[in-house]
Amino acid sequence: MAKAIEAYVNELRETRLWRSVFRSGTGATSLHRALAVQQNIFLHLFSVKMRRAALNVSVTWYLGTLSLATFLILVSTGIPLMLYYHPSVPQAYADMKDLQFVVSAGVFLRNMHRWSAHAMVLLVFAHMFKVFYRGAYRTPREFNWVIGVVLLIITLFLSYTGYLLPWDQLAYWAITVGSNIMSAVPLLGQKMRFLMLGGNSVNANALLRFYVLHCVILPLAAILFIGIHFWRIRKDGGLYTGEGKTHE
Amino acid sequence: MSEPKKYEAALDSDSRKTPVRVAFLTRRTSPHVRTKDDALVMTWPETLFRAAVAVEILAIVLVLLSLFWDAPLEELADPMQTPNPAKAPWYFLGLQELLHYFPPVIAGVLIPTMVIIALVVIPYFNINVEAEGVWLRDKQRRMRIVAIVVGVLSVLFLVLEVWVILIPTLLVASFLFLAAASTPDSPQTFRRWLVSKPLSFWIMTWFLIQASVLTIVGTFFRGAGWIWVWPWRA
Repeated sequence: MAKAIEAYVNELRETRLWRSVFRSGTGATSLHRALAVQQNIFLHLFSVKMRRAALNVSVTWYLGTLSLATFLILVSTGIPLMLYYHPSVPQAYADMKDLQFVVSAGVFLRNMHRWSAHAMVLLVFAHMFKVFYRGAYRTPREFNWVIGVVLLIITLFLSYTGYLLPWDQLAYWAITVGSNIMSAVPLLGQKMRFLMLGGNSVNANALLRFYVLHCVILPLAAILFIGIHFWRIRKDGGLYTGEGKTHE
Repeated sequence: MSEPKKYEAALDSDSRKTPVRVAFLTRRTSPHVRTKDDALVMTWPETLFRAAVAVEILAIVLVLLSLFWDAPLEELADPMQTPNPAKAPWYFLGLQELLHYFPPVIAGVLIPTMVIIALVVIPYFNINVEAEGVWLRDKQRRMRIVAIVVGVLSVLFLVLEVWVILIPTLLVASFLFLAAASTPDSPQTFRRWLVSKPLSFWIMTWFLIQASVLTIVGTFFRGAGWIWVWPWRA
């Protein structure tokens, strides 16, 4: 049975239709494996070969990979959540209750989004400290470190804007506290706060602004800078594996 | 017929195949050039398989968390009813803790801005790139500077009674002085390790410990009116 399935899959992979989609062809040769990466739009940011030493868990703890994973989980749970959510007062809160009591697996969806968001903030911080303590920011990777700092700030803003959306007491007062800090900026503070909230206090305008930032502007910015970040890893000579270490 | 040659001339940059070569090492050779372990593996399947395993483990952990632990949802937002204490998201609670001690323009604006600028410029200082142990050169002068900085900061935090900053600062400073009292050929591994650490390591470690302590205090040890509470007694 298993053999029959395998034969069938192999046959399928040789069909004209399949080969029109996956041009690299299939097989266990290095050429096919190289083409599988190089011919794929999602994988071609990788080089076809990587340094063996870079794959050891102790080198990176896979923190960058895991940060990306949380981002992907957040996108894939965030889009279904958008289907059940109206960014208006007080409907936003009623939608939370619907997620809790009406929507199938609504609680799980929201939990997953919430905990992944916290995990992403933690992982991005951890990634930064790991990169620092390995000295991986050094020439020629200094600019990628700067891109990383930008991504850290985007991550914090993504989490912060999402925090308001449930429109419960926790959300409302957390954002009130946070936005009050901003008004301490000399000269421009009040104006910046007004621009962010669309008013002098956290209200329906603020909810709409945070919703647009959270669901459109910041994710697009994140995708852009993640793309640059990954591309720079490749252009700066691959993952940093330490200097002068010899593995015999 | 002449005898076959026992050697051949070639141009090669693979240090393992042709270990004998002339190398010019300048002071500014990039870390990339110095990397010696260049054994390669195929990205597919070696790298992508490992990445997939890492992602799977993370996904399982998050799914389990989500199954057994519900995200908080409180009452409908009410501008007329301020909870006490009103807390920002956890990653800003370190800042909120700072606001308890310093005016908003310092705690909320100046310090975060300085942290971001400091993070951005890290790779652009040669002292960080060379990463030489802080006490290995010019020890006397550096000792004076460090002693003055630590002394001034300690007095400042003592006068302001900011224990949550004073204690971690003194902790990191004591290890820094222990490093100064150690030598690169000390019999203890830990002290040899301390000596090898550059200035950037000490500043970043201080920042990491400080940020963690402030965040934990703001999250768990602050109750109504931002008064100190013990979480296990609440």
